[in-house]
Amino acid sequence: MGADLDLSQYSREAEAWEGIPYLSQLPDDTRKSATLAGVKDDEEFRCGTYFQLDHSVIFESVKREFEGQIEIMSTKEALEKYDWVRDYWWRAVAVDSDKYTAQAELDFDNGYFLRALPGAKVTFPMQACLFMSQNGISQNVHNLIIAEEGSDVQIITGCTSPGLGRGLHIGISEFFVKKNCKLTFTMIHRWAPGVDVRPRAVAMVEDNATFTNNHICLNPLRTLQLYPTAYCSGENSIANLNSILFGSGNSRMDVGGRVVLVGRNSRGHVVTRCVAKGKATIYARGQIIGQGEGRAHIDCRGLIADDANIYAIPLLDGLVKDCELSHEAAVGKIREEDLWYLMSRGLNEDEATSLIIKGYLDPGILGLPKELEDEIKGVAEMATEEAL
Amino acid sequence: MIENLQVSTGEKEILKGIGLSIGDGETHVLIGPNGAGKSCLAMTIMGIPIYTVDKGKITFDGEDITALPIHERAKLGIGLAFQNPPVIRGVKLKDIISLHTEKVDDILNKAYLSQEFGGRDVNLGFSGGERKRSELAQLFAMEPKLLLLDEIDSGVDIESMELLGKEINSFLSSCSALIITHLGYILNYVRADKAHVLLNGKIALSGKPEEVLKKVKEKGFGEV
Repeated sequence: MGADLDLSQYSREAEAWEGIPYLSQLPDDTRKSATLAGVKDDEEFRCGTYFQLDHSVIFESVKREFEGQIEIMSTKEALEKYDWVRDYWWRAVAVDSDKYTAQAELDFDNGYFLRALPGAKVTFPMQACLFMSQNGISQNVHNLIIAEEGSDVQIITGCTSPGLGRGLHIGISEFFVKKNCKLTFTMIHRWAPGVDVRPRAVAMVEDNATFTNNHICLNPLRTLQLYPTAYCSGENSIANLNSILFGSGNSRMDVGGRVVLVGRNSRGHVVTRCVAKGKATIYARGQIIGQGEGRAHIDCRGLIADDANIYAIPLLDGLVKDCELSHEAAVGKIREEDLWYLMSRGLNEDEATSLIIKGYLDPGILGLPKELEDEIKGVAEMATEEAL
Repeated sequence: MIENLQVSTGEKEILKGIGLSIGDGETHVLIGPNGAGKSCLAMTIMGIPIYTVDKGKITFDGEDITALPIHERAKLGIGLAFQNPPVIRGVKLKDIISLHTEKVDDILNKAYLSQEFGGRDVNLGFSGGERKRSELAQLFAMEPKLLLLDEIDSGVDIESMELLGKEINSFLSSCSALIITHLGYILNYVRADKAHVLLNGKIALSGKPEEVLKKVKEKGFGEV
């Protein structure tokens, strides 16, 4: 899927950065860029933070009132601290999936270990930032996210590389969503036009657990390949995989979501909203594999402007008779009658177009709590404005 | 004011020389059978580009607006309640109302819509009556000088129409209006100064609303 990359073209040498005692001590430019990717430098309404600059972990914290509920550290530390972390390592994602997973194993540059302890109902989100600042490097992170039984937790991750001419981000994410858990994970991608991005993510969802995985990518990049897979192995397990994409410039995005229904009464939703303009190309994929009694739906809508392309590719694999799988996909330009209607309310054509696009990319579909949704709406609106 | 307006869409000629003058504060009603060109007239006044003005002119507040784009007509004070407004996914009703006022909830109340409607995608899943109320809500927010109501009474139940009629009536006291109706149902609720019958792209009859309606009822559209 998507462009092949020559890994030897990216440097493995990166300056090592010193840690900082407070997030507010980030250099101004770094702080501003991280903020635009949804990171709160004052940690208000956050329960803790992980911040990685290139290959260096420069900040980790858990707020005092959330101690005993969550753990935040780098995966290197977690592997040293707990023997059992090895039991999760490469258990969801296969290390030999492709050359990017192999690279992440061979040249491993940290990544976050985020864990909600059993029964923890965490009111504020954990936040993480994966920041690339040095031109031409590859950043190979391996993240491990564990929601222990009965926990309820939200995570917001900002990934950014402002002004980078060239770079590669490889991000392995393994999610373990245990019995009776609710995990909502939202990643805001804010890369640069010369950056290639290769996340590889798999989630294991147990009985009565709900996993929501949101990706928002509204700024131009070189290429993005993203196809998270959720195994709904538990009874009554639910996976929601949502993507909001705005491809502009020469961006190439190949993004999808795959849900494997295994457990009885498991459910899945794969929702994509995408807008492509300029010379961008978006592949919006979705796949549901019905291996057990469950139901799932793929919903993909795309708007095309200028010389851009969108390919919507929904796949339904019904492997047992008790699965119920469906999809809907619609791709096309903005309808003239919609523009005229909004123009009759006083907007000029550009303003009407902008309102329609912003509406299309509304984070309201992500199923976030109101406060986080409002916050992400602000970030998304700013990014959309820039891209428009 | 409309002078000798001739309008077509594609190859088809729809309006064949319409003249109409709506004075300040006047309410005119336009009736006629399906396909007579009523909606075409409203859409042409609004500037919807599927209709081409082949001849004639439209002036508003003394300004020739025949070639003006839609949004500039809206800014001058022309507001259209669409007969079949589109569903626009992702654009909330409140997004449109708040272009004109911060008092979104007040406007929704006035159009007999609950606050919940403000947060819904415009027209998505709305019933016929709710769409009409949504149109009115948007126009209440815009406060146009000329109100064009295209079949605002279709699909609305009697009780709702009675309530909406009151709101429309009070609104009409501050603007001019052209009310388009197939059956004249709305005239039971709002007061009009003048009525016109549009037949085959031409105004066949004009006069006092009660007299015009009486004639149509007695003779049908074909013989007015």
